[in-house]
Amino acid sequence: MSAAADSTPVIEVTDLVRDFHGRKVLNGISFKVLKGDTMIIMGGSGCGKSTLLRHVIGAMKPTSGSIKLFGEEITTMEEEDLARVRRRFGVLFQSGALLQSMTVGENVALPIVEHGHLDAGIVDLMVKMKLEMVGLTGFEHLKPAEISGGMKKRVGLARALALDPELLFSDEPTAGLDPIMTSVVDILTQEMTRKLGVTAVVVTHDMTSAFRIGSKMIMLGTGPNQGKIIATGTPAEMRANPHGEVQQFINGEPDGPVPLRLSKGDYVERLLGHPGPGRQSYSA
Amino acid sequence: MKDYFALNARILYWTLFAPCRGQFFKVGEVFHQMVLIGVRALPMASLTSFSIGLTLAMQAAGQLKRMGAEAFVPDLVMLSLLRELGPLLIAVIVIGRSGSAVTAELGTMKVSEEIEALQVMAINPIRFLIVPRFLAMLVMLPALTIFGNYVGMIGGWTICHFVLHLNTPAYILHSITRAHPWDLYSGIIKSFVFAWLIITIACHMGLGVEGGAEGVGQATTGSVVWSLLIMLIANAMLTALFFFT
Repeated sequence: MSAAADSTPVIEVTDLVRDFHGRKVLNGISFKVLKGDTMIIMGGSGCGKSTLLRHVIGAMKPTSGSIKLFGEEITTMEEEDLARVRRRFGVLFQSGALLQSMTVGENVALPIVEHGHLDAGIVDLMVKMKLEMVGLTGFEHLKPAEISGGMKKRVGLARALALDPELLFSDEPTAGLDPIMTSVVDILTQEMTRKLGVTAVVVTHDMTSAFRIGSKMIMLGTGPNQGKIIATGTPAEMRANPHGEVQQFINGEPDGPVPLRLSKGDYVERLLGHPGPGRQSYSA
Repeated sequence: MKDYFALNARILYWTLFAPCRGQFFKVGEVFHQMVLIGVRALPMASLTSFSIGLTLAMQAAGQLKRMGAEAFVPDLVMLSLLRELGPLLIAVIVIGRSGSAVTAELGTMKVSEEIEALQVMAINPIRFLIVPRFLAMLVMLPALTIFGNYVGMIGGWTICHFVLHLNTPAYILHSITRAHPWDLYSGIIKSFVFAWLIITIACHMGLGVEGGAEGVGQATTGSVVWSLLIMLIANAMLTALFFFT
């Protein structure tokens, strides 16, 4: 593959802003993802990671800014053209987002049947292969309500991979999975990016997983840095990043630039406006 | 309001025009929805129609007996059922049973990200979810109405036969000679219009759900209330158009 082809960004986000009733959830986000990269989007709860992902997959429209997927601007696209771009990527939702009225097998088969125009026998075979990849062979006939949360997520992954996408988006792929399954999902993502040249964008706050699979990382800030990218780089660069919030996040420290959110000793005074009854009052 | 009309336009596009461009809705799903929306409503629709036929005949018998005109009971039952009560009551049953179920189901799918997942998989939710429900309702409500008219007539017959001792051939003859085909057609046109209103309102409410379980509950209530209200207004307008001009 030539260097020129390698340097074509699969995703190019420029100056993305999303305003929710005057509150900027995303504030001037810009980044590029190259082919074969595994981009990790991390940040504390409520920092806008999932919102950013939903903008990039075209599920939400930004207030301003540009999002290009495979070189095509998607923010101004008609639904029909967007559908054409969407066939090239797979999305694993945070909750799995499986269709409850269908079985596990039908869920995985759905994109294949809708876009593949294949024989029923081949569809069956593909469904079995995809379920085997996520370790769920034999679960085809169960309904999503009959399997655990972690299994739903793995079915969601199998469905996202059903059409062998060029680009995979995962929203918290390892949250709710046991450590062994977490490794399996990580290895799957790694295999796809390294062997098949798939590009992956993973939203996560699981640091072990992020450093295991990520080739590029961005971190969104909280508080005064809400909606902005506070750090970007390779995993090694992120570890060496001097930004306090980045270090606090990577090392999982309770107090730092993001202040400790546990109630302090004076909370009674703050709530009641006076120190409250002391212990002595009971002793009389 | 704008969203509601936009939904109607999109449903029409995906029902009539998209298939010409090779984007078909799922025919199997239409039949599945016909069972859920229509066939499963049969017992309730039958019971309601039977009891209304019975009630109509009792009321009519009480009044007409004074004038010695009990023989006209079948005429009254037949006309009331075909023109008004048949389409109206079956629509009420379907609103309460099937319209609310459609709203609740679509609303739950909306809050659990299922509809968003469909869109992201490049599967149009209108084609995949709404069109089958729309077609199923347009077929099943008129069908249920015709069925309900028959059952209502049986209700009327029960009173005429066992209380007024009118013989069965006379009952059938009276009913058939009094009613014109237009009485039946007007009822079917009404139920077709009701079906359109019920299913589009139910889908509009379901797709517009926001805010979790509470949102689903509110949308379901809203769906029933609005469907009833709009259906009753439409009924008055259609009656005025068909029989009062």
